[in-house]
Amino acid sequence: MTGSDTHTAIDAVVRIEWARLVATLARYAGDVGLAEELAQDAVVAALEQWPGSGVPANPGAWLTTVAKRRAIDLFRRNRELERKYAQIGRDLETDAAGAEFDQAVFDPAAGDDIDDDMLRLIFTACHPVLAVPARAALTLRLLGGLTTAEIARAYLVPEPTIAQRIVRAKKTLARARVPFETPDSQQRPSRLSSVLEVMYLIFNEGYSATAGDDWMRPDLCHEALRLGRLLAQLAAAEPEVHGLLALMEIQASRIPARTGPSGQPVLLLDQDRTRWDRLLINRGLAALERAGKLGGAQGPYALQAAIAACHARAFRPGDTDWARITELYGILATVMPSPVVELNRAVALSMAFGPQAGLDLVDQLVGEPALRDYHLLASVRGDLLMKLGRAAEAQAEFERAAELTRNGPERELTASRARAARQLSGQVTQPRTAPAQSPGTGRTPPA
Amino acid sequence: MRYLCYTLGDPTVPIAPPTPELMAKMGEFMEEATKAGVLLSAGAAGPLDEATKVRYRDGEFTVLDGPYTEAKELVGGWALMEYRDKAEAIEWTKRFMAIAGEGEVTIRPV
Repeated sequence: MTGSDTHTAIDAVVRIEWARLVATLARYAGDVGLAEELAQDAVVAALEQWPGSGVPANPGAWLTTVAKRRAIDLFRRNRELERKYAQIGRDLETDAAGAEFDQAVFDPAAGDDIDDDMLRLIFTACHPVLAVPARAALTLRLLGGLTTAEIARAYLVPEPTIAQRIVRAKKTLARARVPFETPDSQQRPSRLSSVLEVMYLIFNEGYSATAGDDWMRPDLCHEALRLGRLLAQLAAAEPEVHGLLALMEIQASRIPARTGPSGQPVLLLDQDRTRWDRLLINRGLAALERAGKLGGAQGPYALQAAIAACHARAFRPGDTDWARITELYGILATVMPSPVVELNRAVALSMAFGPQAGLDLVDQLVGEPALRDYHLLASVRGDLLMKLGRAAEAQAEFERAAELTRNGPERELTASRARAARQLSGQVTQPRTAPAQSPGTGRTPPA
Repeated sequence: MRYLCYTLGDPTVPIAPPTPELMAKMGEFMEEATKAGVLLSAGAAGPLDEATKVRYRDGEFTVLDGPYTEAKELVGGWALMEYRDKAEAIEWTKRFMAIAGEGEVTIRPV
């Protein structure tokens, strides 16, 4: 192995072990910021020693022990932390320091503890005391094991922005004395929804990139999927965890079909469905079934997943059960009232009962302050007007949509629809079948 | 990135049935890989004498039942995995083999 191969291999080991390492250390230190520093120190030690000694059989235990020793050094210098020092000292003795490195890769006895610590880490990183972008960055750093540089690349922002966001988040957690715990039963529902929100935001940032030249950044989708799969194991009794996972798996199944040869967006009804990933669809449908069995069919994520499933089950766009989708959006609108959900319901209505039915509802939404600068309202309205043969009005809506979107490829798509509308408006207009904006989720109608 | 990982073995050498201890350790491994979100699907191929080949040549279908004497290598276990990159694929494969025992695993992007 060359030096750089060794380095790559060590990086992979570290990424795999990272979340468990931080979670274990956070329980001892009671502070995720300190835990991350200790973990980082252990990684530095590994980078120094492993190229010579080889990667130990149980690298996770190696890293944990080195980090715990480092913690003791720190705590020795800090009398306030003496109690914690004593605890770790005892644990290190019972660990028989180092002997465990030669054990099997996974220590089953540690399994339950580690799971609890991982769940605590998720709840802490997604704590509502943090601003939402900070939660997302901290979650990707601590649980995804991404470096600040990788997170910055994924979000198309300068690395110092992310580094600062993470440093501030850790300080905020410390200042607010957020305990390293899973919330009690009273707080659990709201804390869990904060966790799910963060995961879905990460997913959506990848799926419908809000800015930049890429229509999608699938790496972020995959990170969110990983986190969702992890959470589905750690909090298996929570129906909405499976609802969210189902939604992400089914939406991710369309990633291969969502871009054309030159990277341009392909809308849901225009996609080559043979390119949809059947494995992810099946995994999503199974997760949706689990959510239902746990009594969570009416949860906001499960409902959105059920809508996505209607599309996934249709081999051809014409097979789509639009009446069922309209019904599901109706339920979603009562569970999670939002003008965006109404907009999606309007699209479904138009597909089930004709463009005029959809337009009637869209016209009621035009005055909604929340949708004032929402490019998809303009583009949905343009689409429905187009189908009704009102090309001149459609053109104005598409132009407005193109102005409002911050995503490059999406702007190009909308502008081209405006041009098509302009051409038609000069001629005798005929209703035509244009690709509809897709319904799918409450937050962002995805393609 | 999605990878198909599979073991290749000599079809003439019978594989000893796994011990309960191995089964338990493999179960733990599968659980870890599932929790990490990397394991999508996995399984084991049945014996070659239960295999069937369907061949289409010159407009004719031929159905050939196994076993096949010419087979030199046989797919044993397989897994569809989702890894960030090849380095991660190699590391997880090492962990799998540390439990499964000596042999060879092929990792192919799919």
